[in-house]
Amino acid sequence: MVAQRLVEALVERGADTEWDIAVFGEESRRPYDRVALTSYFADLDPDNLLLGDPGLWTRPGVRLHRDTPVTAIDPARRTVTARGTAHGYDALVLATGSYATVPPVEGSDLPGCFVYRTVDDVAGLRTWVLRRQEQLGRPVRGAVVGGGLLGLEAAGALTALGATTTVVEFADRLMPVQLDQGGGAALRRIVEGLDVTVRTSTATSSLRAGRDGNVARMVFADGDTVGVDVVVFATGVRPRDELARAAGLAVHERGGVLAGSDCRTSDPDVFAVGEVAHVAGRVWGLVGPGYAMAEVVADRLVGGAATFTGADLSTKLKLLGVDVASFGDAFAATAGSLEVVYADPVAGVYKKLVLSDDASTLLGGMLVGDASAYTGLRPMVGGSLGGDPTGWLLPDGVEPPSSTELPDAATVCSCNNVTAGTIRRAVTDQGRTDLAGVKACTKAGTSCGSCVPLVKRLLNAELARAGVEVSDNLCEHFAHSRARLFDIVRVSGITTFSELLDRHGRGRGCDICRPVAASILASLGHGHVLDGENAALQDTNDHVMANLQKDGTYSVVPRIPGGEITPEGLIAIGEVARDFDLYTKITGGQRIDLFGARIEQLPAIWSRLVDAGFESGHAYGKSLRTVKSCVGQSWCRYGVQDSVGLAIALELRYRGLRSPHKLKLGVSGCARECAEARGKDVGVIATDRGWNLYVGGNGGFTPRHAVLFAEDLSTEDLVQAIDRFLIYYIRTADRLQRTAPWLESVEGGVDAVRAVVFDDSLGIAADLDAAMSAHVGGYEDEWAATLRDPEKLGGFSSFVNAADEPDPDLAYVRERGQKRPATRAERAVLIAGGSLPVRTAGVL
Amino acid sequence: MSERVGWRRVCAVGDLVPDRGRAALVDDEQVAVFLLADTGRVHAVAHLDPFSGANVMARGLVGTRGERPTVASPMHKQVFDLRTGECLDDPTVRLRVWPARVTDGWVEVRP
Repeated sequence: MVAQRLVEALVERGADTEWDIAVFGEESRRPYDRVALTSYFADLDPDNLLLGDPGLWTRPGVRLHRDTPVTAIDPARRTVTARGTAHGYDALVLATGSYATVPPVEGSDLPGCFVYRTVDDVAGLRTWVLRRQEQLGRPVRGAVVGGGLLGLEAAGALTALGATTTVVEFADRLMPVQLDQGGGAALRRIVEGLDVTVRTSTATSSLRAGRDGNVARMVFADGDTVGVDVVVFATGVRPRDELARAAGLAVHERGGVLAGSDCRTSDPDVFAVGEVAHVAGRVWGLVGPGYAMAEVVADRLVGGAATFTGADLSTKLKLLGVDVASFGDAFAATAGSLEVVYADPVAGVYKKLVLSDDASTLLGGMLVGDASAYTGLRPMVGGSLGGDPTGWLLPDGVEPPSSTELPDAATVCSCNNVTAGTIRRAVTDQGRTDLAGVKACTKAGTSCGSCVPLVKRLLNAELARAGVEVSDNLCEHFAHSRARLFDIVRVSGITTFSELLDRHGRGRGCDICRPVAASILASLGHGHVLDGENAALQDTNDHVMANLQKDGTYSVVPRIPGGEITPEGLIAIGEVARDFDLYTKITGGQRIDLFGARIEQLPAIWSRLVDAGFESGHAYGKSLRTVKSCVGQSWCRYGVQDSVGLAIALELRYRGLRSPHKLKLGVSGCARECAEARGKDVGVIATDRGWNLYVGGNGGFTPRHAVLFAEDLSTEDLVQAIDRFLIYYIRTADRLQRTAPWLESVEGGVDAVRAVVFDDSLGIAADLDAAMSAHVGGYEDEWAATLRDPEKLGGFSSFVNAADEPDPDLAYVRERGQKRPATRAERAVLIAGGSLPVRTAGVL
Repeated sequence: MSERVGWRRVCAVGDLVPDRGRAALVDDEQVAVFLLADTGRVHAVAHLDPFSGANVMARGLVGTRGERPTVASPMHKQVFDLRTGECLDDPTVRLRVWPARVTDGWVEVRP
């Protein structure tokens, strides 16, 4: 990883014209992301871990030698030997990293013992666990030696593979390097809650083989034993300094090639970077400092004078789904420092701030279970938290500081060591005006991504300061906001895009304003999405009334109101899926998604679905998606109202309603809230006196809980309130603005919207009611209408000159009994005429 | 009547919807053909979206950026110049472009 960054840094400095860069690596892969190694278990595609731009390795001055371990360095002759050939060098950089250490435990080389370091390690581990599971016919018993960061990652991987897992740690707590007693104890409670057994203060003394020769029993120093079928050693790493030792370079007694702040070793033509280097008093085991060293060496090689004098070792991780972060002086090593601790064992949270002796300056901290304060706190290290610091620790604590308060020197991205000042200069000096531009220019937020919200805030603050107006114009063709355009269309009675463009816009429109106009025209009930000119306005999803997937095929979602479906309905959907070989998955909205439908198959698929009584689910549209419900009073012993009945009524009322963004509703039959209605744009929760109405919730990228809008409404009042709320939202929200940010943007906020809905404060209530009743009266299933109209069906062909010829590039593999698109690598095999094994393992 | 050398007849103009694309097979290559409403001209570019690797460009929305006629990939919305194939979001990427014309009511493309 560090070598990759070094080559990138050299190329960025134009050094590839001056230097011939050769990189030797023992692995068969291009440099990949070891930090994300565990993600291999989720997608099983090692290519997804590859780092950076593959074009880097095909540049004229750059050469990557894979499978080519260097076996000797001769500093006197200035050569390295690899595969028996000597290669000369002018400058040599050691970026050999470290290897996983295995403690001197008898039996640690038995079959079934692994380390956790490379893609081959994790691939081997996975294969072993799955095979043993099959052989033994029971869950595999796993043990991880080492309760640090890597050990917990490995435990998570074993658990996900279906193994029972024990973590064995020699110290008295988990993650002893990052956490104190309190943090370790909190983490242990959470981890044990995930069915992982934890043994601390425990030494492993030997491993014993079973009759088949595989590892079978783990023996501890106290004589206790446990049965094991797989063991992962995660007891630490040691710098791979053996080449340097053999070449006579100075090496630290506890490992690591000694290097100065310029990263030069005892031979001035040899540098050391990353985990193999002992620089600034220690070996640095994180990728961030390694990247910083790579930048130093790149700078030195082009004649610069950069130095590495130390780095921020702050970390924030998610282990087994648990947030853990530690930053600054987390162990309160500073003389006289004060510790402020908040612990909630029930909620599984431990948070600690370390402050200077006068409590004025933040020195560091530790967060377990909830690390949401990390992004805000870490840049404040060395500065004042202001006010009451405990506010940062409490569940509904103080707001994070506004970004303008951050000093320029504060580190925002610790992975790539980017300061607030660098991000600000990307805007002021380099003219970057969007997040992508700032990320490309500074590398901030490109590794773990945890700082991206802060980067965005800095960017916006800087843009505002520079007087860059954040215009609400839709695009270059319309100098109006979406809300203004909606009013124009509504009041003027314009019914076509070309008329709208002629009278209120310029140019020919684009991929932004066309779908907005399509949505406005549809919200106002101006015809079918494929009628006349409308057809040229729709995004591909609305144009073919299905959801585009990564390979260019579509998914099909019939409406299942309230999630209630008959056995006959299920069978009909199943038969369609089987007959068209569609991948089938249950959605989060309580319906069924059918994937892999080719564009030319959509009419035939829908013809079957419509015949079976189904209609469009509008999963493709910025429109009502679903009304999720729990089973409610009809069956549930706690339910107080008929939640399914209401959900179906609401879904049938609002189906087909086009809106600025997708709309999701939920109805729960009691306060236990099994329908998760407060995570919806409109949520309804039954009370024993009626319904409580919540608005402005959503899941997704920025999850929001809905806020209480009104209590104990009758069904009639509830429906009227939702009618008005939705139409008001559709008329006034911005493009792609969901209800939560819309409520914030309305002047007066949710109270103002409540006044519009219940007190008719704007005098438009009757108008809103009329608009909704027009929608309800005018609803027609757009798929049924399409099937009746040969002209509309004309567009559903794969090729205009070969209507039923499938896209010849589509390729699939079978996985768990269904098809999925082949990956690039699989596709190469398939196209070369090979065949791929069917994947049957139901794991991960 | 002699066939015009090199030009391939793809479809009738009436098979295209103004300001929308259709995919076509031309000598086994997948081509996205567009008919623009304002100029009445046809454009032909690669159907393969270079960013996603899927054959979808004909299903993108057409429009203009300044004076340039464009199509946006339906997958991740990168915008391309229909005349040159140049990607306006990433100048290092380009769609292949085929000469295209309308003759006697037929859309023709020259490979």
